[in-house]
Amino acid sequence: MLRLTDTSLRDGSHHKRHQFTVDDVRSIVGALDEAGVPVIEVAHGDGLGGSSFTYGFSHTPEQELIKTAADTARSAKIAVLMLPGVGVKDDILVAQDNGASICRIATHCTEADISVQHFGLARERGLETVGFLMMSHSRPPEALAKQARIMADAGCQCVYVVDSAGALVLEQVSDRVSALVGELGDDAQVGFHGHENLGLSVANSVAAVRAGAQQIDGSVRGFGAGAGNTPLEAFVGVCDKLGFSTGVDFFKIVDAAEDVVRPVMPEECLLDRMALMMGYAGVYSSFLKHAYTQAARYGVSGAQILVRAGERKLVGGQEDQLIDIALELSREQA
Amino acid sequence: MKAAIVGSGNIGTDLMYKLVRSPVIEPRWMVGIDSSSEGLRRAREAGLETTVEGVDWLLRQDELPDIVFEATSAAVHAANAPRYAEAGIRAVDLTPAAVGPYVVPPVNLGEHREAPNLNLITCGGQATIPMVYAVSRVVPVEYAEIVASVASVSAGPGTRANIDEFTRTTSRGIEAIGGAQRGKAIIVLNPADPPMIMRDTIFCAIPEGAPVDVIADSIDRMAADIASYVPGYRLLSEPQFDPGRVSIFVEIEGAGDFLPAYAGNLDIMTAAATKVGEEIAHAAVDRHVTA
Repeated sequence: MLRLTDTSLRDGSHHKRHQFTVDDVRSIVGALDEAGVPVIEVAHGDGLGGSSFTYGFSHTPEQELIKTAADTARSAKIAVLMLPGVGVKDDILVAQDNGASICRIATHCTEADISVQHFGLARERGLETVGFLMMSHSRPPEALAKQARIMADAGCQCVYVVDSAGALVLEQVSDRVSALVGELGDDAQVGFHGHENLGLSVANSVAAVRAGAQQIDGSVRGFGAGAGNTPLEAFVGVCDKLGFSTGVDFFKIVDAAEDVVRPVMPEECLLDRMALMMGYAGVYSSFLKHAYTQAARYGVSGAQILVRAGERKLVGGQEDQLIDIALELSREQA
Repeated sequence: MKAAIVGSGNIGTDLMYKLVRSPVIEPRWMVGIDSSSEGLRRAREAGLETTVEGVDWLLRQDELPDIVFEATSAAVHAANAPRYAEAGIRAVDLTPAAVGPYVVPPVNLGEHREAPNLNLITCGGQATIPMVYAVSRVVPVEYAEIVASVASVSAGPGTRANIDEFTRTTSRGIEAIGGAQRGKAIIVLNPADPPMIMRDTIFCAIPEGAPVDVIADSIDRMAADIASYVPGYRLLSEPQFDPGRVSIFVEIEGAGDFLPAYAGNLDIMTAAATKVGEEIAHAAVDRHVTA
């Protein structure tokens, strides 16, 4: 059986500019749990400790949201995300005390070795572990597989190919997933986390499953950064058609998307010009809202900010550099 | 003042070139543990006496250094520090061991010039804490946050294995030395090729109606103070003022002594260590003159 993780309460935090409330969490977790979603991720968009000037301050402390989620879920497990360099080990321990049972640790796809101490701690404490190789489009399959090996050796039980920029296209997903499956064998599972920036998240997720991925991320209603994540309810429907068992009730998750999740979203996630720029230029999806903010602040083009972020090869976490890019563009205009 | 460098890796080797140029410090020994070390080879070339027998060898010599610069690891320095102290050798600690007080030269070096052991926090701390202080010396700073972006190739295995140590130590330094009530540090490794030059962003929360000109002037003066011993340190733009905060953008281009110019993160550590060593040497001379 495929195992699905809903990330609307973590990746959706970017779209919501980190303004989730306890009520939002209670209603979304309640509806997803009822629909049979086995794992629900909850955290600041940039992971534990992400509340900051750089990424945006949380409306409600994330640990309070995690506790609410754990108290609400009857059968779903609660996962948290942390980025070494942003959060620290103590954040993981507090999340576990608040009821999280899965620890997902994300690094840029060339920097897996900065996660070793965190995987060690998570396993020692009995947490299930997942590793995120972010911006996986930027490295070839073999290089990615070597990084996956570092995570698996450190105690990671499932390594995800994470298409943070929504830039991967079909075979590019299968090739990467296959390379990881080949490298990891029985040592760890492989997962895929997609974004909709080129309109391919569902199709890419199917390609991932066919290449051997056993865990797939999505967000109900696509509620995530950039043009959003893989819309989980659509993916569940597609899995039903293809005969992949997910354990999620299609009709219930469709209702949850429409009646519960949509009202929490500030607006739909759109495949618009800015989102397309990210998929096309390979830019980290959560830069989107920050690019809008800096474009308005400095009177420059948001699309140009994103393109330049791609040219500078910025990685996830460098949101501060978007201000510098906006300043540079405004100097050029003057 | 006779100096020994303990640790023959990137930092120790880069530091050696800076100390060789110093008018007041005479680097005499480099201590390593690996005979194939490029650093030890270069140290011999530069006329230093070298060993692969570690600190035991150094402390056995008839003539001992006045000052030791330690660029090993936190655990190694923690073990060595009492031995230096016992031998009456001053120590400048470039590891995160923090046996002695935190020192950021343009902020608090004067206070600790007599301390037996001084700690340089982290590279990100050396680059950003002075700026937090530049703001907090003119207006109250309730919260300060820094983001250090460094080239992946300039982050060694020690940093990678202990990235939490960087964030925690730097956060504490932002509070203790920077003067912010609360501090937060973020580090991002970027693998772009060619490697990116180190960049840091400093955000300080400032009160409503804070005097923008006074803050900007304090930042400018601090940038000039840092550039006096880290020539590649520069502001990327004017400080940016938004409601409730000031944002400062800096870049640190290394001097390229041993490490390439992109490795400003390592350069600022070795430059700060040199500055601290020179201050200690001057203090010793002052003591001598007034005695």
